Amino acid sequence: MWTRLANPGHFLRWSVALTPWLAGAAALTGALGLYLAWFVAPPDYQQGETVRIMFIHVPAAWLGVFFYGSMVLSAIGTLVWRHPLADVAQRAAAPIGAAFTLICLVTGALWGKPMWGTYWVWDARLTSMLVLFLIYCGIIALWRTVEEPNRAARTVAILTLVGAVNLPIIKFSVNWWSTLHQPASILRMGGPTIDPTMLYPLIVMIVAGTLTGIALHLYAMRTEILRRRVRTLTIREAERLDPGASVMVAYPAGPSA
Amino acid sequence: MIRVFAALVARDLRLAGRVGGSGALSLVFFLMIVALVPFALGPDLNLLSRIGPAILWLAAVLATLIGLDRLFQADDEDGSLELMTASPAPLEIVVLAKVCAHWLTTGLPLALASPLFGLLVALDGPATAATALTLLVGTPALTFVGAVGAALTASIRRGGLILAVLVLPLMIPTLIFGVSAAQAALGGTIPFATPLTILSGLSLIAAVVGTLAAAAALRWGE
Amino acid sequence: MRLIVDNLAVRRSGRRVFAGLSFALGAGEALAVTGRNGAGKSSLLAVLAGRLRPAAGRVAAEGVGEASIPECLHVVGHRDGLKGALTAEENLAFAQALLGAPRLAPKAALERLGLAHARALPVAYLSAGQRRRVALARLLVSARPLWLLDEPTAALDAASQDLLAGLMDEHRAGGGLVVAATHQSLGLADARELRIGAAPQPEAAP
Repeated sequence: MWTRLANPGHFLRWSVALTPWLAGAAALTGALGLYLAWFVAPPDYQQGETVRIMFIHVPAAWLGVFFYGSMVLSAIGTLVWRHPLADVAQRAAAPIGAAFTLICLVTGALWGKPMWGTYWVWDARLTSMLVLFLIYCGIIALWRTVEEPNRAARTVAILTLVGAVNLPIIKFSVNWWSTLHQPASILRMGGPTIDPTMLYPLIVMIVAGTLTGIALHLYAMRTEILRRRVRTLTIREAERLDPGASVMVAYPAGPSA
Repeated sequence: MIRVFAALVARDLRLAGRVGGSGALSLVFFLMIVALVPFALGPDLNLLSRIGPAILWLAAVLATLIGLDRLFQADDEDGSLELMTASPAPLEIVVLAKVCAHWLTTGLPLALASPLFGLLVALDGPATAATALTLLVGTPALTFVGAVGAALTASIRRGGLILAVLVLPLMIPTLIFGVSAAQAALGGTIPFATPLTILSGLSLIAAVVGTLAAAAALRWGE
Repeated sequence: MRLIVDNLAVRRSGRRVFAGLSFALGAGEALAVTGRNGAGKSSLLAVLAGRLRPAAGRVAAEGVGEASIPECLHVVGHRDGLKGALTAEENLAFAQALLGAPRLAPKAALERLGLAHARALPVAYLSAGQRRRVALARLLVSARPLWLLDEPTAALDAASQDLLAGLMDEHRAGGGLVVAATHQSLGLADARELRIGAAPQPEAAP
C-alpha cells in the first residue's frame, strides 16, 4: 500500500483530496486555540499579557524542529531507496521549516523586549534556533545552486544528515556556552511547571500548527511535483525537435579502414 | 591501502610545496584578521588580552575556509578524482588522506603560528600555550567539517561562498569548546581539561562523520 | 575478463543520450565507438567507468573475481588526471601506487612512449602531445585488463599513433580489452565498431 501511496501520480490524487480537510481542521483547531489563548488562559502573574506570545512561539519552535526531522527521514529515503517522492518531500520541507524557525526567532525577540528589556538575548534555546535557521539557509542555498534535481537531492540529503548529526552537538555546546557566560538568571520559557490553564491552549495551538504545517507541506510537494513535470515536458519537447542518438549499430568490422 | 594513503598524502604535500598552495595564504589571512581586531576595538591591551583566545579562534575558523573550496574541486576538474575512484582502496581512504594532507598544510601551521600572533593581542605565556594547544586539537574538526562542504560543492563553479554558508554553522561547537578551553586556562570556574576533552571528542566525531559524508558526496557526484 | 553491456540507457540532466545499447566484449577484443560529436561516446565511456549512473540496463564484468569494474580499468580521456606541478615520473609513480598491480616502472613506461628525456620535467611544461603520451604511459605502469580510451590519438603525431596502436595490439594479445571512442582510425586490427548514429527522424514534426 505504501509504495502505491508514494507513487507521485497517486500522491497527487490523494493529496488533492486530503489537503482541504487538513486545512479545514487546521483552521478549526487554530480558531479554538486562539480563543483559548486570548480569552481563557490567564495572564501570567509575572509576565502579564505578553505571555500570550508563547502560544505562537512554542508551536513555531516545535514545527521548526519537526520539519527538520521530516527532512532527515526524507533524506534517508533519498539516499537509501532513491525514491523521487522523498526528494520532493525534502525540497518542499526546507522553506517551510525555515519559515517556522524564523517565526520562532521573531516572536522570541518580541517576547524578549518586555521580559528582558532587549530584543535579543543570547539565551541557549533562542541561540540553538538561530543556528537551526542558519542550517536551513545553507540547505536552501544548496538546493538553488545545484541545477540537476536528482543530484541536488542527493547532495542536500547528505548535508541534511550531517546537520542532523551535528544538531544535538550544537544544542549541547550552546547550553554549555550559555551556562558558562550567563548564570541561570534568565526566566526559562515554558518549562515543566506550566499551569494546566495555559497548557491546554498551548497543546491545541501545537496541534493546529502541526496540521497547518502538514497541509502546507503537501501543497508545496504538489507544486514541486508539477514543477518537475514541466521540466520533463520541456526536455521531451527539446528531444522531439532533436531526437538525439537512439539507434545503435554494432557490427564487427573487417580490418579497419 | 596504507600505500595508497601514503602516496596521496605525499602527493598533496608535494603539490602544496610546489604551487605554494593555500597554506601560506590562510596564514596571511589569519594574521590579517588578528591585526584588524585592534583597529575595531581600540588598542586597549587589557581588553585584547582578555578576549585574545577568542580572536585567535575566530580568525582560525575563518582562515580554515581559505583554499577549502579547491580541496576536491581541483582534482575533479583535471580528472584526478576519476583516477582515484578507480583505485582499489575505498574512496573514504582517499578522502581521509586528502583531508589529512590539507590539515598538515593549513590547520597545523595555524596552530603553530598562533603563539606568534598571540603576542599581537598581548597574551601571556600560559594563555598562549593553552590557545595553541586548543587550536592543535580543534583545527582537525574544522578541516573535516569543511571537507564535507568542499565535497558537496566540488562540482559547483564558484562554490567558495556557498561552502562558507554551509559549513560555518556546523563549526559552532568547535568554536565554543575551543574558546572555552583556552579561557579556562586563563582562570575561571571550570578546569582546563573538561572542554579540551570535549574538543578532542569533537575532532574525532568530525573525522568519522566528515570522511564518510565527503566520500558519499563525491561518490554521488553525478 | 569479459565485459557485458545489456540494454543500456543513459540520460544526462534528464535528456536522453541513448537507449537500448547492448554488446559483449571478450578477452583480446577491441571496440571502436564512433559517431558525431555529442552523440554520447563520452557518456558511454563514463558509464563503463562507473562515473555516470545509467538510467536503465546494466554493465557487468565476468572473470575478474571480486573486483568491481572501476578496479579493472584504465581511463585516458580529455581530462588527463595529471598534475602540472609534478614531474612526469612523479605523476606516474603516484598513479602506480594508487591503482596497484604494478607492471612497468614509471621510468620504463616513459621510455616506451619515447619520453625518457622528459621524465624529470614538470608536466605543465610539456606540449599537449607529450602530455597525452604521459597519460598513455599510465596504461603501462599498472596492469588492468580493460582500457577505456577517449579520443586517444588527439594531439598525437603519426609516429606516436603507431606507437599507441602497437601498445593496444600488445595489450590485446595478452588478453586485454580496449574500448576507444574515436573520430579517426586507430589502426586496431579487426576491431568491432559501435556507431552511435542519429536516430531517423520520427513522424514528421509539425
